[in-house]
Amino acid sequence: MSRLLVRATGALLVALWMGSAFANEATPTLADPVAAKREVELAAQLRCLVCQNQSIAESNAPLAADLRKQLREQIEAGRTDAQIVEYMTARYGDFVLYKPPFKPETLVLWFGPAILLVIGGFVLARTLRARRVAAATNLSAQDHERAASLLAGAGKGAGKP
Amino acid sequence: MKRTLYFLVPLLAFIALTAFFLRGLSLDPREIPSPLIGKPAPAFQTPKLAAPGENVTNKDMLGQVWILNVWASWCVPCREEHPVWNKFMRDKPVTLVGLNYKDEDTNANRWLRDLGNPYTLSIADHDGRVGIDFGVYGVPETFVIDRTGVIRYKHIGAMTAAVLEQKIVPLLQELNKS
Repeated sequence: MSRLLVRATGALLVALWMGSAFANEATPTLADPVAAKREVELAAQLRCLVCQNQSIAESNAPLAADLRKQLREQIEAGRTDAQIVEYMTARYGDFVLYKPPFKPETLVLWFGPAILLVIGGFVLARTLRARRVAAATNLSAQDHERAASLLAGAGKGAGKP
Repeated sequence: MKRTLYFLVPLLAFIALTAFFLRGLSLDPREIPSPLIGKPAPAFQTPKLAAPGENVTNKDMLGQVWILNVWASWCVPCREEHPVWNKFMRDKPVTLVGLNYKDEDTNANRWLRDLGNPYTLSIADHDGRVGIDFGVYGVPETFVIDRTGVIRYKHIGAMTAAVLEQKIVPLLQELNKS
């Protein structure tokens, strides 16, 4: 019984040790927690060009691994976030950025939805106003009388369950 | 009249939208425009594939129009484009530099021995750093570089005879003239 316990404990320890060995491989190698956090944040902002709907933080593509390595090296070399992003866009273009930069070519991208919303609101307001005006003016004297009599009739009916 | 126009607006908007969607169907999202076109090729210093002790730098290539082809023995489309290069380079119309990307030298050399070697010069990028500097994200990729070392054209994916004929050859003629 005690032998079994020893074996089980041993197996557990081996499993734990292996688990931590693999975990070490997956985590950033930067020792400084602030730098490591920066690496993860930067990697999450950059698009992997091989699997385009993943960031280089998420992607398992070899290129993403290489670019993460680049991030680490540049952070260790003391480069700022802006410098590192500049390094990436100089090579891969604005496409690597999940958040597009603000510049003349991207004005439509940034303001397009707002402009469409304003146009939509304008059209909606106009349509509603036109409808209200039409409803107000299209009633003839006869219609008014009929409406009044209907209302009066409804008034008589009121009070009954 | 005004009323008819009013009803035409959604129809026209729909047609415009459809036109955009149709255009989108024929675009390849994998082809990302390179910011490097029209800019000087990045500096590099890499060992020769045949002689690992000797280095080649970007400065060695100045003064001639050349093509950089990024390839690897593990890359399937590279195998597809290889005969295209072999055929194109039969008469040696241009300096073709092969950048062997993230590969084992032995595998690369075996590939060139078995499948033919179209390259004027082969260089090795073992850790993929030169590839990153050139903005390579998928092999094969091909760059046309002019005499002053400026990248003039980039082709992503396997090279085809059609692209060589329609794009590369006229560009080489133009660059060699000037």
